Amino acid sequence: MTTDPNLDSPRTAVSNPPVQPMPANLGAGDVVRASAMPDLPAPERQLTKVAKLIDVSKCIGCKACQSACAEWNDTTPPIEHNVGVYENPSDLGPEMFTLMRFAEYENPETGNFEWLIRKDGCMHCEDPGCLKACPAPGAIVQYSNGIVDFIHENCIGCGYCISGCPFDIPRVSKVDHKSYKCTLCSDRVAVGQGPACAKACPTQAIVFGTKEDMITHANARVEDLKSRGYENAGIYDPAGVGGTHVFYVLQHADQPNLYSNLPEDPKISGVVQGWKGPTKTVGLAAIGLAAVGTLLHGLLGRANRVSAEDEVLAEELVETEQAQPQPREDV
Amino acid sequence: MTRRTQFSESGDHIETIDPVVVSRYRGFTRANHWVTAISLILLLLSGLAFFSPSLYFLTGLFGGGQTARWLHPIIGVVLFFSFLLLFVQLWRLNLPRPEDATWVGNIGELIRGEEEKLPELGKYNAGQKLIFWGMAGLIVVLIGSGIMIWEQYFPDLVSIPVRRVALLIHSIAAVLIILLFILHVYAAIWTRGTIRAMTRGSVTGGWAYKHHRKWLRELAERKPTDPAE
Repeated sequence: MTTDPNLDSPRTAVSNPPVQPMPANLGAGDVVRASAMPDLPAPERQLTKVAKLIDVSKCIGCKACQSACAEWNDTTPPIEHNVGVYENPSDLGPEMFTLMRFAEYENPETGNFEWLIRKDGCMHCEDPGCLKACPAPGAIVQYSNGIVDFIHENCIGCGYCISGCPFDIPRVSKVDHKSYKCTLCSDRVAVGQGPACAKACPTQAIVFGTKEDMITHANARVEDLKSRGYENAGIYDPAGVGGTHVFYVLQHADQPNLYSNLPEDPKISGVVQGWKGPTKTVGLAAIGLAAVGTLLHGLLGRANRVSAEDEVLAEELVETEQAQPQPREDV
Repeated sequence: MTRRTQFSESGDHIETIDPVVVSRYRGFTRANHWVTAISLILLLLSGLAFFSPSLYFLTGLFGGGQTARWLHPIIGVVLFFSFLLLFVQLWRLNLPRPEDATWVGNIGELIRGEEEKLPELGKYNAGQKLIFWGMAGLIVVLIGSGIMIWEQYFPDLVSIPVRRVALLIHSIAAVLIILLFILHVYAAIWTRGTIRAMTRGSVTGGWAYKHHRKWLRELAERKPTDPAE
Protein backbone atom coordinates (compact mmCIF):
# COMPACT_ATOMS: atom_id res chain seq x y z
CA MET A 1 0.00 0.00 0.00
CA THR A 2 1.34 3.39 -0.92
CA THR A 3 0.25 6.91 -0.47
CA ASP A 4 -0.29 8.63 -3.77
CA PRO A 5 0.18 12.40 -3.45
CA ASN A 6 -2.39 12.85 -6.19
CA LEU A 7 -5.11 11.40 -4.01
CA ASP A 8 -7.19 13.85 -1.98
CA SER A 9 -6.68 11.88 1.22
CA PRO A 10 -4.51 9.02 2.44
CA ARG A 11 -5.96 5.57 1.85
CA THR A 12 -4.11 3.99 4.75
CA ALA A 13 -2.26 4.91 7.90
CA VAL A 14 0.42 2.25 7.73
CA SER A 15 2.44 3.38 4.74
CA ASN A 16 5.30 5.78 5.12
CA PRO A 17 4.48 9.39 4.45
CA PRO A 18 5.08 10.76 0.96
CA VAL A 19 8.60 11.98 0.40
CA GLN A 20 7.67 14.57 -2.21
CA PRO A 21 6.84 18.03 -0.87
CA MET A 22 3.11 18.27 -0.54
CA PRO A 23 0.93 21.29 0.13
CA ALA A 24 -1.74 20.86 2.80
CA ASN A 25 -4.72 19.31 1.13
CA LEU A 26 -7.33 20.31 3.69
CA GLY A 27 -8.22 23.90 4.29
CA ALA A 28 -10.85 26.55 4.82
CA GLY A 29 -12.12 25.90 1.28
CA ASP A 30 -13.09 22.35 2.22
CA VAL A 31 -15.37 23.35 5.09
CA VAL A 32 -18.93 22.16 4.51
CA ARG A 33 -20.31 23.27 7.84
CA ALA A 34 -19.10 25.75 10.44
CA SER A 35 -20.58 26.57 13.83
CA ALA A 36 -22.75 29.70 14.02
CA MET A 37 -22.23 30.37 10.31
CA PRO A 38 -25.52 29.41 8.67
CA ASP A 39 -24.76 31.08 5.33
CA LEU A 40 -21.46 29.38 4.62
CA PRO A 41 -20.76 29.12 0.87
CA ALA A 42 -20.55 25.57 -0.49
CA PRO A 43 -17.00 24.30 -1.02
CA GLU A 44 -15.69 24.14 -4.59
CA ARG A 45 -14.79 20.44 -4.34
CA GLN A 46 -15.93 17.34 -2.54
CA LEU A 47 -13.20 15.31 -0.85
CA THR A 48 -13.47 11.56 -0.54
CA LYS A 49 -15.11 10.65 2.77
CA VAL A 50 -12.57 9.19 5.15
CA ALA A 51 -13.01 7.07 8.26
CA LYS A 52 -11.13 5.41 11.06
CA LEU A 53 -12.28 1.94 11.94
CA ILE A 54 -11.67 0.63 15.44
CA ASP A 55 -12.00 -3.12 15.64
CA VAL A 56 -12.54 -3.76 19.34
CA SER A 57 -12.10 -7.52 18.85
CA LYS A 58 -8.49 -7.00 17.77
CA CYS A 59 -7.50 -4.55 20.49
CA ILE A 60 -4.96 -5.77 23.05
CA GLY A 61 -5.15 -2.68 25.26
CA CYS A 62 -1.51 -1.64 24.81
CA LYS A 63 -2.32 2.08 24.67
CA ALA A 64 0.13 2.69 21.83
CA CYS A 65 -2.68 4.75 20.27
CA GLN A 66 -2.85 6.98 23.34
CA SER A 67 0.90 7.46 23.36
CA ALA A 68 1.00 8.20 19.66
CA CYS A 69 -1.88 10.66 20.07
CA ALA A 70 -0.19 12.52 22.91
CA GLU A 71 3.08 12.55 21.02
CA TRP A 72 1.71 13.81 17.73
CA ASN A 73 -0.55 16.41 19.32
CA ASP A 74 2.17 17.37 21.81
CA THR A 75 -0.15 17.05 24.79
CA THR A 76 0.88 16.25 28.36
CA PRO A 77 -1.89 14.64 30.37
CA PRO A 78 -1.37 15.32 34.08
CA ILE A 79 0.07 12.45 36.13
CA GLU A 80 -2.64 10.92 38.29
CA HIS A 81 -2.86 8.34 41.07
CA ASN A 82 -3.20 4.64 40.44
CA VAL A 83 -6.64 3.71 41.73
CA GLY A 84 -6.50 0.11 40.59
CA VAL A 85 -8.04 0.41 37.14
CA TYR A 86 -6.45 0.15 33.72
CA GLU A 87 -7.70 3.49 32.40
CA ASN A 88 -4.89 5.94 32.41
CA PRO A 89 -5.55 8.83 32.62
CA SER A 90 -8.91 8.37 34.30
CA ASP A 91 -10.85 10.27 31.65
CA LEU A 92 -10.55 12.10 28.38
CA GLY A 93 -9.20 15.58 28.90
CA PRO A 94 -7.99 18.70 27.14
CA GLU A 95 -4.58 16.99 27.07
CA MET A 96 -5.83 13.47 26.20
CA PHE A 97 -7.90 13.20 23.06
CA THR A 98 -8.31 9.44 23.12
CA LEU A 99 -8.64 6.93 25.93
CA MET A 100 -8.74 3.15 26.18
CA ARG A 101 -11.72 2.24 28.29
CA PHE A 102 -11.55 -1.20 29.85
CA ALA A 103 -14.76 -3.10 30.59
CA GLU A 104 -14.82 -6.52 32.23
CA TYR A 105 -17.68 -8.65 30.98
CA GLU A 106 -18.73 -12.14 31.98
CA ASN A 107 -20.58 -13.53 29.03
CA PRO A 108 -23.65 -15.29 30.48
CA GLU A 109 -23.99 -17.49 27.40
CA THR A 110 -20.46 -18.86 27.27
CA GLY A 111 -19.37 -18.25 30.86
CA ASN A 112 -16.26 -16.64 29.42
CA PHE A 113 -14.64 -13.57 30.86
CA GLU A 114 -14.19 -10.95 28.17
CA TRP A 115 -12.15 -7.81 28.24
CA LEU A 116 -13.93 -5.26 26.11
CA ILE A 117 -11.43 -2.52 25.46
CA ARG A 118 -12.83 0.42 23.59
CA LYS A 119 -10.78 3.29 22.31
CA ASP A 120 -12.91 6.29 23.23
CA GLY A 121 -12.69 9.65 21.49
CA CYS A 122 -14.46 11.87 19.01
CA MET A 123 -16.64 9.90 16.61
CA HIS A 124 -16.60 12.64 13.92
CA CYS A 125 -20.37 12.53 13.42
CA GLU A 126 -21.83 13.30 10.03
CA ASP A 127 -24.37 15.42 12.01
CA PRO A 128 -22.19 16.84 14.80
CA GLY A 129 -24.02 17.95 17.96
CA CYS A 130 -21.03 20.02 19.10
CA LEU A 131 -21.15 22.07 15.91
CA LYS A 132 -24.89 22.58 16.26
CA ALA A 133 -24.58 23.82 19.85
CA CYS A 134 -21.51 26.04 19.37
CA PRO A 135 -22.26 29.81 19.46
CA ALA A 136 -18.86 31.01 18.19
CA PRO A 137 -18.64 31.47 14.41
CA GLY A 138 -16.15 29.06 12.88
CA ALA A 139 -14.99 27.51 16.16
CA ILE A 140 -16.15 24.07 14.99
CA VAL A 141 -15.92 23.06 11.36
CA GLN A 142 -16.72 19.98 9.34
CA TYR A 143 -14.66 19.26 6.24
CA SER A 144 -16.10 17.61 3.18
CA ASN A 145 -14.08 14.45 3.98
CA GLY A 146 -16.11 14.11 7.21
CA ILE A 147 -13.54 15.32 9.76
CA VAL A 148 -14.99 17.53 12.50
CA ASP A 149 -12.37 19.90 13.84
CA PHE A 150 -12.17 22.56 16.54
CA ILE A 151 -10.59 25.82 15.37
CA HIS A 152 -9.18 26.97 18.67
CA GLU A 153 -8.58 30.60 17.80
CA ASN A 154 -12.36 31.00 17.46
CA CYS A 155 -13.29 29.01 20.58
CA ILE A 156 -14.65 31.02 23.50
CA GLY A 157 -14.69 28.22 26.08
CA CYS A 158 -18.41 28.28 26.86
CA GLY A 159 -18.71 24.48 26.93
CA TYR A 160 -21.85 24.36 24.76
CA CYS A 161 -20.13 21.67 22.64
CA ILE A 162 -20.10 19.42 25.71
CA SER A 163 -23.89 19.71 25.96
CA GLY A 164 -24.31 19.21 22.23
CA CYS A 165 -22.16 16.07 21.97
CA PRO A 166 -24.06 12.76 22.27
CA PHE A 167 -20.83 10.94 23.23
CA ASP A 168 -19.46 13.16 26.05
CA ILE A 169 -16.21 13.90 24.25
CA PRO A 170 -15.09 17.56 24.28
CA ARG A 171 -13.18 18.87 27.30
CA VAL A 172 -12.54 22.55 28.05
CA SER A 173 -9.05 23.41 29.20
CA LYS A 174 -8.62 25.15 32.55
CA VAL A 175 -5.45 26.71 31.16
CA ASP A 176 -6.53 28.44 27.97
CA HIS A 177 -10.33 27.99 28.26
CA LYS A 178 -10.65 26.36 24.87
CA SER A 179 -12.30 23.08 24.03
CA TYR A 180 -10.28 20.07 22.86
CA LYS A 181 -10.95 16.70 21.27
CA CYS A 182 -9.58 14.31 18.67
CA THR A 183 -8.88 16.03 15.35
CA LEU A 184 -8.74 12.74 13.43
CA CYS A 185 -5.22 14.06 12.81
CA SER A 186 -6.61 16.50 10.25
CA ASP A 187 -3.12 18.01 10.06
CA ARG A 188 -1.65 14.62 9.10
CA VAL A 189 -4.49 13.71 6.75
CA ALA A 190 -3.96 17.02 4.98
CA VAL A 191 -0.47 15.88 3.96
CA GLY A 192 -1.19 12.31 3.07
CA GLN A 193 -0.65 10.61 6.40
CA GLY A 194 -3.16 8.58 8.38
CA PRO A 195 -3.97 9.35 12.02
CA ALA A 196 -1.15 8.79 14.53
CA CYS A 197 -3.17 6.25 16.56
CA ALA A 198 -3.83 4.08 13.51
CA LYS A 199 -0.19 4.30 12.50
CA ALA A 200 0.94 3.15 15.95
CA CYS A 201 -1.56 0.34 16.47
CA PRO A 202 0.44 -2.94 16.54
CA THR A 203 -2.51 -5.24 15.76
CA GLN A 204 -4.14 -2.96 13.20
CA ALA A 205 -7.23 -2.84 15.36
CA ILE A 206 -7.27 0.80 14.25
CA VAL A 207 -7.25 1.28 10.51
CA PHE A 208 -7.81 4.32 8.34
CA GLY A 209 -8.95 4.92 4.79
CA THR A 210 -11.96 5.96 2.79
CA LYS A 211 -15.24 5.37 4.55
CA GLU A 212 -16.23 3.01 1.76
CA ASP A 213 -13.08 0.91 2.12
CA MET A 214 -13.45 0.85 5.89
CA ILE A 215 -17.05 -0.38 5.64
CA THR A 216 -15.90 -3.17 3.33
CA HIS A 217 -13.12 -4.07 5.72
CA ALA A 218 -15.47 -3.93 8.70
CA ASN A 219 -17.96 -6.22 6.98
CA ALA A 220 -15.21 -8.78 6.40
CA ARG A 221 -14.26 -8.52 10.06
CA VAL A 222 -17.87 -9.02 11.15
CA GLU A 223 -18.11 -12.06 8.89
CA ASP A 224 -14.95 -13.47 10.47
CA LEU A 225 -16.20 -12.85 14.01
CA LYS A 226 -19.52 -14.50 13.23
CA SER A 227 -17.71 -17.60 11.96
CA ARG A 228 -15.91 -17.71 15.30
CA GLY A 229 -19.12 -17.79 17.31
CA TYR A 230 -19.75 -14.08 17.86
CA GLU A 231 -23.14 -14.20 16.25
CA ASN A 232 -24.04 -10.66 17.34
CA ALA A 233 -20.88 -9.14 15.93
CA GLY A 234 -21.56 -6.02 13.92
CA ILE A 235 -20.66 -2.50 12.93
CA TYR A 236 -21.36 0.47 15.17
CA ASP A 237 -21.88 3.38 12.76
CA PRO A 238 -24.90 5.04 14.40
CA ALA A 239 -27.51 6.34 11.98
CA GLY A 240 -28.97 8.73 14.59
CA VAL A 241 -26.05 11.10 13.98
CA GLY A 242 -25.94 10.39 10.24
CA GLY A 243 -23.18 7.81 10.63
CA THR A 244 -19.73 8.59 12.00
CA HIS A 245 -16.24 8.90 10.60
CA VAL A 246 -14.80 6.96 13.49
CA PHE A 247 -16.67 3.72 13.85
CA TYR A 248 -16.37 0.37 15.56
CA VAL A 249 -16.52 -3.33 14.96
CA LEU A 250 -18.05 -4.80 18.12
CA GLN A 251 -18.25 -8.45 19.15
CA HIS A 252 -21.59 -7.67 20.79
CA ALA A 253 -23.06 -5.03 18.52
CA ASP A 254 -26.50 -5.74 19.97
CA GLN A 255 -25.32 -4.40 23.35
CA PRO A 256 -23.08 -1.38 22.74
CA ASN A 257 -23.54 -0.29 26.36
CA LEU A 258 -21.29 -3.20 27.40
CA TYR A 259 -18.41 -1.19 25.96
CA SER A 260 -18.12 1.37 28.76
CA ASN A 261 -21.58 2.78 28.06
CA LEU A 262 -21.33 3.35 24.36
CA PRO A 263 -24.79 4.83 23.66
CA GLU A 264 -27.35 2.53 22.06
CA ASP A 265 -28.90 5.06 19.69
CA PRO A 266 -26.97 8.32 19.89
CA LYS A 267 -28.49 11.43 18.39
CA ILE A 268 -28.45 15.13 19.03
CA SER A 269 -30.70 15.62 22.07
CA GLY A 270 -34.17 17.00 21.36
CA VAL A 271 -33.52 19.55 24.09
CA VAL A 272 -30.48 20.86 22.19
CA GLN A 273 -32.49 20.93 18.94
CA GLY A 274 -35.28 22.84 20.68
CA TRP A 275 -32.83 25.29 22.20
CA LYS A 276 -30.99 25.94 18.93
CA GLY A 277 -34.14 25.76 16.78
CA PRO A 278 -37.56 27.11 17.79
CA THR A 279 -36.37 28.87 20.96
CA LYS A 280 -33.94 30.98 18.97
CA THR A 281 -36.34 31.78 16.15
CA VAL A 282 -39.42 32.47 18.27
CA GLY A 283 -37.38 34.24 20.96
CA LEU A 284 -35.70 36.65 18.56
CA ALA A 285 -39.01 37.30 16.77
CA ALA A 286 -40.74 38.09 20.07
CA ILE A 287 -37.96 40.44 21.17
CA GLY A 288 -37.94 42.12 17.76
CA LEU A 289 -41.72 42.57 17.73
CA ALA A 290 -41.71 43.98 21.26
CA ALA A 291 -38.94 46.43 20.41
CA VAL A 292 -40.53 47.60 17.15
CA GLY A 293 -44.03 47.64 18.66
CA THR A 294 -43.08 49.86 21.57
CA LEU A 295 -41.02 52.10 19.31
CA LEU A 296 -43.97 52.61 16.96
CA HIS A 297 -46.35 53.17 19.84
CA GLY A 298 -43.92 55.65 21.30
CA LEU A 299 -43.63 57.56 18.04
CA LEU A 300 -47.22 57.41 16.85
CA GLY A 301 -49.24 56.86 20.00
CA ARG A 302 -50.24 59.42 22.58
CA ALA A 303 -48.20 59.51 25.75
CA ASN A 304 -49.79 59.28 29.16
CA ARG A 305 -49.39 62.80 30.51
CA VAL A 306 -50.21 64.38 33.82
CA SER A 307 -52.51 67.38 33.34
CA ALA A 308 -52.25 70.74 35.07
CA GLU A 309 -55.59 69.89 36.63
CA ASP A 310 -54.04 66.82 38.28
CA GLU A 311 -51.40 69.04 39.84
CA VAL A 312 -54.09 71.34 41.26
CA LEU A 313 -56.10 68.38 42.57
CA ALA A 314 -52.99 66.95 44.18
CA GLU A 315 -52.33 70.20 45.96
CA GLU A 316 -55.92 70.35 47.18
CA LEU A 317 -55.72 66.76 48.40
CA VAL A 318 -52.52 67.35 50.31
CA GLU A 319 -53.78 70.58 51.86
CA THR A 320 -57.10 69.04 52.91
CA GLU A 321 -55.46 66.01 54.48
CA GLN A 322 -52.82 67.97 56.28
CA ALA A 323 -55.38 70.44 57.65
CA GLN A 324 -57.07 67.60 59.50
CA PRO A 325 -55.82 67.32 63.08
CA GLN A 326 -55.78 63.51 63.24
CA PRO A 327 -55.08 60.85 60.59
CA ARG A 328 -58.23 59.32 59.22
CA GLU A 329 -59.30 55.84 60.17
CA ASP A 330 -58.43 52.99 57.86
CA VAL A 331 -60.41 52.99 54.66
CA MET B 1 -41.92 56.43 65.33
CA THR B 2 -44.60 54.14 63.97
CA ARG B 3 -46.51 55.18 60.93
CA ARG B 4 -49.46 53.57 59.26
CA THR B 5 -47.90 52.58 55.94
CA GLN B 6 -50.30 50.42 54.04
CA PHE B 7 -49.61 52.01 50.67
CA SER B 8 -46.22 53.65 51.13
CA GLU B 9 -42.75 53.14 52.51
CA SER B 10 -41.89 54.96 55.70
CA GLY B 11 -39.22 56.92 53.83
CA ASP B 12 -41.62 58.26 51.18
CA HIS B 13 -42.68 61.81 51.97
CA ILE B 14 -44.07 65.00 50.56
CA GLU B 15 -41.13 67.29 49.90
CA THR B 16 -42.97 70.51 49.11
CA ILE B 17 -46.64 71.49 48.97
CA ASP B 18 -46.65 74.40 46.52
CA PRO B 19 -46.16 72.79 44.04
CA VAL B 20 -46.55 69.30 45.47
CA VAL B 21 -43.41 67.23 45.03
CA VAL B 22 -43.32 63.73 46.47
CA SER B 23 -40.20 61.76 47.31
CA ARG B 24 -40.60 58.25 45.91
CA TYR B 25 -37.15 56.60 46.09
CA ARG B 26 -34.27 57.46 48.37
CA GLY B 27 -30.74 57.67 46.97
CA PHE B 28 -29.77 54.19 48.06
CA THR B 29 -32.71 52.57 46.27
CA ARG B 30 -32.01 54.56 43.12
CA ALA B 31 -28.33 53.57 43.08
CA ASN B 32 -29.37 49.98 43.72
CA HIS B 33 -31.81 50.18 40.82
CA TRP B 34 -29.21 51.53 38.41
CA VAL B 35 -26.62 48.91 39.34
CA THR B 36 -29.26 46.29 38.62
CA ALA B 37 -30.25 48.02 35.37
CA ILE B 38 -26.68 48.32 34.07
CA SER B 39 -26.02 44.67 34.96
CA LEU B 40 -29.16 43.59 33.14
CA ILE B 41 -28.24 45.56 30.02
CA LEU B 42 -24.71 44.11 29.97
CA LEU B 43 -26.12 40.61 30.47
CA LEU B 44 -28.62 41.14 27.71
CA LEU B 45 -25.93 42.29 25.25
CA SER B 46 -23.46 39.51 26.05
CA GLY B 47 -26.17 36.85 26.36
CA LEU B 48 -27.78 37.70 23.03
CA ALA B 49 -24.35 37.29 21.41
CA PHE B 50 -24.29 33.64 22.53
CA PHE B 51 -27.96 33.21 21.65
CA SER B 52 -27.77 33.96 17.95
CA PRO B 53 -24.94 34.00 15.40
CA SER B 54 -26.45 37.16 13.91
CA LEU B 55 -25.77 38.95 17.21
CA TYR B 56 -22.36 37.42 17.92
CA PHE B 57 -20.73 40.73 16.97
CA LEU B 58 -21.97 42.08 20.31
CA THR B 59 -19.09 40.21 21.97
CA GLY B 60 -16.93 42.94 20.44
CA LEU B 61 -18.33 45.35 23.06
CA PHE B 62 -16.70 43.23 25.72
CA GLY B 63 -13.38 42.69 23.97
CA GLY B 64 -14.18 39.42 22.22
CA GLY B 65 -15.90 36.10 22.75
CA GLN B 66 -13.59 34.79 25.46
CA THR B 67 -14.01 37.89 27.63
CA ALA B 68 -17.76 38.04 27.08
CA ARG B 69 -18.01 34.36 28.06
CA TRP B 70 -15.99 35.02 31.21
CA LEU B 71 -17.79 38.22 32.15
CA HIS B 72 -21.41 37.21 31.53
CA PRO B 73 -21.87 34.91 34.55
CA ILE B 74 -19.93 37.25 36.85
CA ILE B 75 -22.27 40.13 35.97
CA GLY B 76 -25.09 37.64 36.54
CA VAL B 77 -23.98 37.16 40.13
CA VAL B 78 -23.74 40.95 40.59
CA LEU B 79 -27.26 41.33 39.23
CA PHE B 80 -28.58 38.60 41.49
CA PHE B 81 -27.32 40.22 44.67
CA SER B 82 -28.19 43.71 43.50
CA PHE B 83 -31.74 42.62 42.74
CA LEU B 84 -31.95 40.76 46.05
CA LEU B 85 -31.26 44.03 47.82
CA LEU B 86 -33.91 45.75 45.71
CA PHE B 87 -36.34 42.93 46.41
CA VAL B 88 -35.99 43.33 50.17
CA GLN B 89 -36.88 47.00 49.83
CA LEU B 90 -39.79 46.67 47.42
CA TRP B 91 -41.57 43.35 47.95
CA ARG B 92 -44.10 44.46 50.61
CA LEU B 93 -45.88 47.10 48.55
CA ASN B 94 -45.81 44.79 45.54
CA LEU B 95 -48.03 42.21 47.21
CA PRO B 96 -51.27 41.83 45.24
CA ARG B 97 -54.35 43.77 46.40
CA PRO B 98 -58.01 43.55 45.41
CA GLU B 99 -57.89 46.76 43.35
CA ASP B 100 -55.25 45.15 41.09
CA ALA B 101 -57.94 42.98 39.51
CA THR B 102 -60.10 46.02 38.73
CA TRP B 103 -57.08 47.78 37.28
CA VAL B 104 -56.21 44.85 35.03
CA GLY B 105 -59.88 44.55 34.01
CA ASN B 106 -59.82 48.15 32.81
CA ILE B 107 -56.40 48.09 31.20
CA GLY B 108 -57.96 49.12 27.87
CA GLU B 109 -59.16 52.46 29.31
CA LEU B 110 -55.67 53.11 30.62
CA ILE B 111 -54.12 52.63 27.20
CA ARG B 112 -56.78 54.88 25.63
CA GLY B 113 -56.07 57.48 28.29
CA GLU B 114 -59.52 57.28 29.94
CA GLU B 115 -58.47 56.55 33.45
CA GLU B 116 -61.70 57.54 35.23
CA LYS B 117 -62.78 53.92 35.69
CA LEU B 118 -59.48 52.85 37.23
CA PRO B 119 -59.35 52.36 40.98
CA GLU B 120 -57.19 54.48 43.27
CA LEU B 121 -53.89 52.71 43.79
CA GLY B 122 -51.11 52.48 46.34
CA LYS B 123 -47.45 52.85 45.44
CA TYR B 124 -47.62 50.26 42.64
CA ASN B 125 -50.16 49.27 40.01
CA ALA B 126 -50.67 45.70 38.82
CA GLY B 127 -48.40 46.28 35.82
CA GLN B 128 -45.54 47.39 38.02
CA LYS B 129 -46.19 44.41 40.28
CA LEU B 130 -46.07 42.08 37.29
CA ILE B 131 -42.68 43.52 36.33
CA PHE B 132 -41.45 43.16 39.90
CA TRP B 133 -42.52 39.56 40.47
CA GLY B 134 -41.69 38.57 36.89
CA MET B 135 -38.17 39.94 37.26
CA ALA B 136 -37.78 38.28 40.66
CA GLY B 137 -38.95 34.88 39.43
CA LEU B 138 -36.95 34.97 36.21
CA ILE B 139 -33.78 36.11 37.98
CA VAL B 140 -34.03 33.11 40.31
CA VAL B 141 -34.50 30.80 37.30
CA LEU B 142 -31.63 32.47 35.43
CA ILE B 143 -29.13 32.32 38.28
CA GLY B 144 -30.08 28.71 39.02
CA SER B 145 -29.80 27.50 35.45
CA GLY B 146 -26.85 29.81 34.84
CA ILE B 147 -24.74 28.22 37.56
CA MET B 148 -25.49 24.80 36.08
CA ILE B 149 -24.04 25.87 32.72
CA TRP B 150 -21.11 27.88 34.16
CA GLU B 151 -18.34 25.90 32.52
CA GLN B 152 -15.45 27.75 34.11
CA TYR B 153 -16.35 27.13 37.75
CA PHE B 154 -19.05 24.47 37.81
CA PRO B 155 -18.18 22.08 34.96
CA ASP B 156 -19.28 18.99 36.88
CA LEU B 157 -22.14 20.36 38.96
CA VAL B 158 -24.85 18.61 36.95
CA SER B 159 -24.94 15.80 34.41
CA ILE B 160 -24.88 16.59 30.70
CA PRO B 161 -28.61 15.82 30.17
CA VAL B 162 -29.49 18.22 33.02
CA ARG B 163 -27.14 20.80 31.55
CA ARG B 164 -28.99 20.63 28.23
CA VAL B 165 -32.28 21.34 30.00
CA ALA B 166 -30.62 24.17 31.94
CA LEU B 167 -29.41 25.72 28.66
CA LEU B 168 -32.92 25.57 27.21
CA ILE B 169 -34.51 27.02 30.35
CA HIS B 170 -31.83 29.71 30.60
CA SER B 171 -32.46 30.86 27.05
CA ILE B 172 -36.26 30.86 27.40
CA ALA B 173 -36.06 32.75 30.71
CA ALA B 174 -33.65 35.20 29.08
CA VAL B 175 -36.11 35.92 26.25
CA LEU B 176 -38.90 36.47 28.79
CA ILE B 177 -36.81 38.81 30.94
CA ILE B 178 -35.85 40.83 27.86
CA LEU B 179 -39.56 41.18 27.03
CA LEU B 180 -40.25 42.31 30.60
CA PHE B 181 -37.31 44.70 30.38
CA ILE B 182 -38.73 46.25 27.19
CA LEU B 183 -42.15 46.55 28.85
CA HIS B 184 -40.61 48.11 31.96
CA VAL B 185 -38.57 50.69 30.05
CA TYR B 186 -41.40 51.55 27.70
CA ALA B 187 -43.99 51.89 30.46
CA ALA B 188 -41.65 54.26 32.29
CA ILE B 189 -41.20 56.36 29.15
CA TRP B 190 -44.83 56.27 28.04
CA THR B 191 -46.10 57.32 31.46
CA ARG B 192 -44.57 60.79 31.42
CA GLY B 193 -43.09 61.98 34.66
CA THR B 194 -42.04 58.53 35.81
CA ILE B 195 -38.34 58.49 34.97
CA ARG B 196 -37.55 61.28 37.43
CA ALA B 197 -38.59 58.93 40.24
CA MET B 198 -35.46 56.93 39.49
CA THR B 199 -33.22 59.89 38.64
CA ARG B 200 -34.08 62.70 41.04
CA GLY B 201 -36.06 60.37 43.29
CA SER B 202 -39.22 62.47 43.30
CA VAL B 203 -42.42 62.84 41.30
CA THR B 204 -44.88 65.69 40.92
CA GLY B 205 -48.05 65.75 42.98
CA GLY B 206 -50.11 65.51 39.80
CA TRP B 207 -48.30 62.30 38.80
CA ALA B 208 -48.91 60.81 42.24
CA TYR B 209 -52.54 61.97 42.18
CA LYS B 210 -53.18 60.51 38.73
CA HIS B 211 -51.40 57.17 39.13
CA HIS B 212 -51.01 56.36 42.81
CA ARG B 213 -53.64 58.34 44.70
CA LYS B 214 -53.83 56.08 47.74
CA TRP B 215 -50.10 56.41 48.10
CA LEU B 216 -50.30 60.22 47.89
CA ARG B 217 -53.24 60.31 50.29
CA GLU B 218 -51.41 58.21 52.85
CA LEU B 219 -48.37 60.45 52.67
CA ALA B 220 -50.54 63.56 52.96
CA GLU B 221 -52.24 62.16 56.04
CA ARG B 222 -48.98 62.06 57.89
CA LYS B 223 -48.10 64.97 60.15
CA PRO B 224 -46.58 67.68 57.94
CA THR B 225 -42.86 67.94 58.33
CA ASP B 226 -41.71 70.81 60.48
CA PRO B 227 -40.40 73.37 57.96
CA ALA B 228 -37.48 74.06 60.30
CA GLU B 229 -36.28 70.50 59.95
